[in-house]
Amino acid sequence: MNFLAKIADWFRSIGTATRNGITRLGFATRFFWAIVRASGPTFMRPRLLIREIYHAGVLSLVIVLMSGLFIGMVLALQGYETLVRFGATEAMGVLVALSLVRELGPVVAGLLFASRAGSAMTAEIGLMKTTEQLAAMDVMAIDPVARVVAPRFWAGVISLPLLAAIFSMLGIYGGFLVGVKLIGIDGGAFWGQMQVAVDWRNDVMNGVIKSVVFAFAVSLIAVFEGYDATPTAEGVSAATTRTVVTSALAILALDFVLTVFMFRGGVN
Amino acid sequence: MHSASSNERNFASTPQPTDASAHIELREVSFGYTPERQILSGVNLTVPRGKLVAVMGGSGCGKTTILRLLCGQHVASSGQVLVEGKDVAHMSRDELFAHRRKLGMLFQFGALFTDMSVFENIAFPMREHTDLPEAVIRDLVLLKLNAVGLRGAAQLRPSELSGGMARRVALARTIALDPSLVLYDEPFAGLDPISLSVVGQMIRKLNDALGMTSILVTHDIAESLKIVDYIYFISEGRVVAEGDVESIKASTDPFVKQFVNGEPDGPVRFHYPAVALEEAFR
Repeated sequence: MNFLAKIADWFRSIGTATRNGITRLGFATRFFWAIVRASGPTFMRPRLLIREIYHAGVLSLVIVLMSGLFIGMVLALQGYETLVRFGATEAMGVLVALSLVRELGPVVAGLLFASRAGSAMTAEIGLMKTTEQLAAMDVMAIDPVARVVAPRFWAGVISLPLLAAIFSMLGIYGGFLVGVKLIGIDGGAFWGQMQVAVDWRNDVMNGVIKSVVFAFAVSLIAVFEGYDATPTAEGVSAATTRTVVTSALAILALDFVLTVFMFRGGVN
Repeated sequence: MHSASSNERNFASTPQPTDASAHIELREVSFGYTPERQILSGVNLTVPRGKLVAVMGGSGCGKTTILRLLCGQHVASSGQVLVEGKDVAHMSRDELFAHRRKLGMLFQFGALFTDMSVFENIAFPMREHTDLPEAVIRDLVLLKLNAVGLRGAAQLRPSELSGGMARRVALARTIALDPSLVLYDEPFAGLDPISLSVVGQMIRKLNDALGMTSILVTHDIAESLKIVDYIYFISEGRVVAEGDVESIKASTDPFVKQFVNGEPDGPVRFHYPAVALEEAFR
């Protein structure tokens, strides 16, 4: 009997967790539409948006620039190890560029953005909730979703694709430094093969689409977790952690789904 | 003086606010965050236009909840919360925002916007709700800050203020748009004796000069008795006593006496319900 009760409890806990998960997803979806509806003032008052782009985007530049550069350099070193076995070291430019533009740029920039800017957004909104700043705004007849959430959300949506592009650029430059300047691959071959092999629509635009999708996902997760945080120090801390974890999982899952749709079997 | 829950309360006879002039009226209002835990149970309360009314009671008795019901942040589970005759629960979103534009609320912990300076905090509602030129806003903000004695702190950030200063800045922001209804949630908490007296007098003067209706939620009996017109005592979600200042001072009601004199023994228990001490340490 005791054993049966434990099994029943276990099923009950799974059911509760599933129901809570679906409920939160529903809340997040409604919250997204609330943001969209309240987005008018964000674009009517660009100063608000620019301020948030500065916080979310400009202040994330250092980590994105450094990460892009190092990842590009590592890609070149690792790629050389493989390419040299097939006598195809001139294709290093293609390898580095395609890896970054199609995959690593959007994904790693998204992960970095979630860790640096997404967590900051969650913590800021969560603390505003904890200290009743959102409630004060609401009582002043100022919609906190329009004034606080929407500008941060759209700042994230605008910033991440730009950061992903910058990440890829720096990565390619890092690959150039290692491949051409350090290892001594021909610079003409490095850039020339890259120019021929990298397709604007199938490679660059697909990367851009990925980064835009990730930007929507990460920004929504960040602002939702902040707005939905339990108004205590512990609650804000948990919400910030959830933002980073959920964003990372969402980016990787969405990346797989998008890659499946974009997969062309090597045909340009 | 009026007894709310029992007829044997021994208050002197004082005029109760009349419904005809009521700005605020709560009729049999009940509210709970969960169905199991009721915060308010059948509260009746009237605040006439232009009056300064205090709502008092022990911690967690539902005083702040009343303010939140009045500004539409919570909806009563039963009963009516009437502001100028309109039930807040039945207001449309536009009506609710119109109602909120006419009210100011001082939050318990100030709720200043931490990413703005003191000046910007007070200018915030003006910039959001009016088309006043920046020069006029500047003058108005400095006037409000001068009234709370903090004109010199205009450029400080909220993190640079003491608790009492933050409360005074929040007060200046609350009255930034000269609201017709002001809700004060513990305005005296954390204030030094000078600030406490100045803020108390200011609340009274603002109420009279601008014809505001004010509701003051506070524990500070001494300061409240100096400035308010009428007092409601709440306990366990109900109005247990009410009356004007003189009748409260003269009251022999055990609840009022215990509260006014800060006595540990009386109808209000100090300890949260728990098992007996001997049992707990067994």
